[in-house]
Order: sequence, then structure tokens, then C-alpha cells
Amino acid sequence: MESLGSIIAYFIIAIAIIVFSVLAMTSGKILRAATYLLFVLFATAGIYFQIGYEFLGAVQIAVYAGGIMVLFVFSILLTHKPGANAPRLTNHKRWLGLSAALLGAGVCLYSLLSYGSMMMQKMPDNFSIDIHGIGQALLSTDKFGYLLPFEAMGILLLACIIGGVVIARKR
Amino acid sequence: MFGCGVYGFITRRNMIAILISLELMLNAVDINFAVFNRFLFPGQMEGMFFSLFAIGLAAAETALAIAIVINVYRAARNVDIRQLTKMKF
Repeated sequence: MESLGSIIAYFIIAIAIIVFSVLAMTSGKILRAATYLLFVLFATAGIYFQIGYEFLGAVQIAVYAGGIMVLFVFSILLTHKPGANAPRLTNHKRWLGLSAALLGAGVCLYSLLSYGSMMMQKMPDNFSIDIHGIGQALLSTDKFGYLLPFEAMGILLLACIIGGVVIARKR
Repeated sequence: MFGCGVYGFITRRNMIAILISLELMLNAVDINFAVFNRFLFPGQMEGMFFSLFAIGLAAAETALAIAIVINVYRAARNVDIRQLTKMKF
């Protein structure tokens, strides 16, 4: 993390995230917005890889860039005429949205800067998370175990599958 | 990134664009969880697991929301939320 190349890579990823998220929100065509969102998701996975959470980056690519983007593209193609532009915004809505966005960004920046002294210390280097540890923690029931949220996610996904089928079914 | 998500959530007038901005906000929060976990408490993995469960939750929520959007489109032939006023009271 401390080497020059990784710092340059971090800045490239961060600038890519900012630029593509702004583009995803301001582009007129909805399919282009989905494509920019795909780039943002890949850059997010790049950040996860860079800070050493390989499993989280792999999950990000598999779930977001694989599953959710396919869902988005399918639903966009099902519900839109290709090449249709979004209508222009009214000024009132634009100022409301911009002020809310700046407020949120200001709160985030304030909380980041108030912990800035803790962030500036050097990141410890002897660090490795293996897949074995992740699996043990997901399925253990002791203090740092996550069996209950894991089961709850399983139930939630099952309910989501059934709900999706019931909602989207032809009557 | 979170600010962009909030901006899009308020200004966009299309249900799928609103979903896209929702995904942006969730991703921003996930990055914050993972990075703060890595920098402040590198021995533990709570932030990473929270991001993991948030990704799973986002997948479930997006699938369900897109089912709803397609159903609304089938009923109203439209996904523009200015014109979807039939179910308001």
C-alpha cells in the first residue's frame, strides 16, 4: 500500500469511480447509465482487491457485475425503446437534488476528516485473510461467528425468490 | 459517489435509474465499511462481513424491485414515475 505504484493505482481507481458515477447520474440514455454503473462496480472491486479483501472483491464482481447488471440490462431492454433520451429536468428538482447531494457529501467528509488522524497512521502490513478463516467465521457460533446472519440471509434470499416469482408471474 | 447516488435518487424520473442510484449509494457505504475495517481494526473482520451481507441484501432487493418494475410496466406500459399515479389515493 505504501509503495508509489499502489498509490498511483489507488488514485486512478478513485478518479475512475468519481467520474463514472457522475456520468452514470447525468447521462441521458438509461443503457449508458447502466454501463457506467458497471464500470463503477468494477472499480469498487479493484479497491477491495487493493486493500487485501480478495474474497470481498470476488463477491462484488460475481454478484454485482455478473448478476445485478444482467438484471438491469434485461429490464432496461424490456421496458424502454432503444435510444430514447430522458426528458430534461426541471430546475426546481435539480436544485433540490443537488443540495441534498452536497449535504450528504458534506456529512461524509466531516466524519472522514474527524477521524483523519487515525486514518493517517501506517496500515499494518502483516495481514492476510484466507478463505478458510472466512468460512470458519461464517459458520461458527462463538463470539465472532456469523451463523445467524448467514441463515437469515438464506431465508431472505428464499423469500426474495418466491416473492419475485409471485410478483412477476402472469396471471 | 454517495452524493451522486442521492442526487440521482431525487432527480431521476425513471424507476430503473432510481434503482441504479440506489446501487451507487449501497456501494459507497460498502467501500466505507471495508476500508475503515482495514485501516482501523485490521485484525477483525466485522466490516468485511457487513459489506458481504450488504451485497447479498442488495442482490435480493434489486431482483425484487426489478420484478416490481416489470410488473408495473406490464400494467401501465410506462416506468416514468410522474405518470404512475393510479395507485395513489
